[in-house]
Amino acid sequence: MSEYVSASGLTVGYNGRPLIRDIALSIRRGEIVTLIGPNGSGKSTILKTLTRHLAAIGGTVTIDSEDLSGITYKELAKKMAVLLTDRTRPELMTCRDVVAMGRYPYTGSLGLLTEEDQKLISDAMVMVNVLELSDRDFQNLSDGQRQRVLLARAICQEPQVIVLDEPTSFLDIRYKIELFGILKKMAIERNTTVIMSLHEIDLAEKISDKILCVKGDHIEHFGTPEEIFSTGLIGTLYDISPKAFNPLLGSVEMPAPSGEPHTFVISACGSGIPVFRALQKAGKPFAAGILYENDVDWQVAFSLAAEVVTEKPFEEISDEAMRRARELIDACEEVILCPVPVGSVNARLRELINYARNAKPCREA
Amino acid sequence: MDRTEQERLITENRRKRELRYIATFVLMAVIFAVIVVLNINTGSVKISVPEIFRVIFLRQGDKVKYDIIWSIRLPRIAMAAILGGALSLSGFLLQTFFSNPITGPFILGISSGAKMCVALSLIYYIQRFGHSSSVIMILAAFVGALLSTGFVLLLSRKIRNMSILLVGGIMVSYICSAVTDFIVTFADDSNIVNLHGWSLGSFAGSTWTDFYTALAIIGVCAVVTFLAAKPISAFQLGENYAQSMGVNIRLFRVMLILLSSVLSATVTAYAGPISFVGIAVPHLVKRSLNTAKPIIVIPATFLGGAVFCMFCDLIARTAFSPTEMNISTVTSIFGAPVVIAMILKRNGGVKQ
Repeated sequence: MSEYVSASGLTVGYNGRPLIRDIALSIRRGEIVTLIGPNGSGKSTILKTLTRHLAAIGGTVTIDSEDLSGITYKELAKKMAVLLTDRTRPELMTCRDVVAMGRYPYTGSLGLLTEEDQKLISDAMVMVNVLELSDRDFQNLSDGQRQRVLLARAICQEPQVIVLDEPTSFLDIRYKIELFGILKKMAIERNTTVIMSLHEIDLAEKISDKILCVKGDHIEHFGTPEEIFSTGLIGTLYDISPKAFNPLLGSVEMPAPSGEPHTFVISACGSGIPVFRALQKAGKPFAAGILYENDVDWQVAFSLAAEVVTEKPFEEISDEAMRRARELIDACEEVILCPVPVGSVNARLRELINYARNAKPCREA
Repeated sequence: MDRTEQERLITENRRKRELRYIATFVLMAVIFAVIVVLNINTGSVKISVPEIFRVIFLRQGDKVKYDIIWSIRLPRIAMAAILGGALSLSGFLLQTFFSNPITGPFILGISSGAKMCVALSLIYYIQRFGHSSSVIMILAAFVGALLSTGFVLLLSRKIRNMSILLVGGIMVSYICSAVTDFIVTFADDSNIVNLHGWSLGSFAGSTWTDFYTALAIIGVCAVVTFLAAKPISAFQLGENYAQSMGVNIRLFRVMLILLSSVLSATVTAYAGPISFVGIAVPHLVKRSLNTAKPIIVIPATFLGGAVFCMFCDLIARTAFSPTEMNISTVTSIFGAPVVIAMILKRNGGVKQ
């Protein structure tokens, strides 16, 4: 697969004032590339420069190995479709009229639609589930419906690259999933390149082939999701604690309650997660253990607990871990016992549970 | 519902809409014809319908009536028709440009700018040479229109809020009127009479020469506008989307402004500033067609503007005959309520 969209030495910004310098990008056909980064970091500025709504301050962008600034708008329209964050409220236009606008680069000088155009318009509308909205006034739709109608418009423009600025805003979970399904389909079946900005990093991780991390004045990283999410990059990018986002589960975690642990939780295999969350919501600091590093409870406890007593996977529980767990139980005021399957490897957990029952008031969860 | 069923429904609805377009055009054409006949028929000298047809199509009949029809009433009606069309079209273009249905050449001060420059040049030329020509008037009007438009555009770069921009336009309009009044105060009496009648707006005294000149200018603009229906339709989704679909926005914006300025300047040069036609007619036309598709709305707006102005001129001429009202009085009476209704509907529907 060859390179389709590329940028080198690209400087973007408004009114001649550079915002981000020296951007280098290389995107192939059929690739899905997502821009992530904090609010106001310049994701939209980069996208607008790629779509030519903003002139590049320095450097070059090429599309299909042609210099972007040398392509006529009409030629560009046949290669690239966009979905913008602009709130567009055209007067007296039906949804189908709006979708039909996607055929603009292909119709004659009066913009009359052929039967073939009508078919493509219907196809695009079926693809995003808006065919039944055809004759509705575009102004009277919900934000989500409007977004989908505009997407149908972009689809029937038959682009080789589609650029979407925060396409998931206004969409509920069902339509987010559908949107990504459609984009994936376009990427695989039509070899369409997808470039978009997203706020949901968990979704970015799952949909993207490559991710561009934009941070204020520079590009933090451009690479595969695996590269970005296995390092602590997300924390640095958004200036958040590395515990606030769990890339393995793709979940956002609230900050752990501060202070000395008050409760000790013994759990395994997911039985502790609801307890951890309840304690976090109540603002009660807690400790958890003894958890194996490969236990799903460990993933959440890592973010929410003041301390987690940890053991290596498939090892018998060590004396060291037992000692630390007992210390913590002694320091806490109560112990919560969640259902724990005890087998031959973690047999010593039974010992810990008995210790807790004798030492402190225990609650069964 | 499955897809075939839905598509059948969509096709059916499209047929219905097309039928509505045709019906609207036919209706407007009928009203157009009726008003033309009424217009020729009524006045201080009544001329019966059979006589009208004889004079117009067979070129024969009573000499006095023949002259009244051919040198007074017909050129005036023809003028009202094309100037009305031009004014409405100019309004439609400005509404597209500013993506706001409540704008027009009058409310943005474009007509007043044109009026000011025409007044200036009129006084200058009459004092220097004792007469003025329509070409000079049109050029002056065009310069004035561009001045006002330029000013409003400057404002629009600073002000994103449309209502404030409109207030700006109205202020421009007041400034231009003040300047015009100032000039009039210090002009010779004979000039004032000339100027006063004109500056209130009227189709009276139109000649065939005027008509052909206006027709040439407006005709070219109208055809160009019609041919630009496609980019205009893209522009309705907003500038950025239009560009992404292949419209060269910078060029297109210049074209829109030039077209609307030439159109409203031509009208002002011949008939003075005429209020509310530019807003009310495109709105009424879009509502009755129930679409904003430029390819349909452009010819319909022109036709609608023609009908509206001929109708208003008929009333101006005959309501208090023999005293004639100026045309703006009548267009305001019919146009302003439409605009008020539009504002009410807009702000009632979406609270800001």
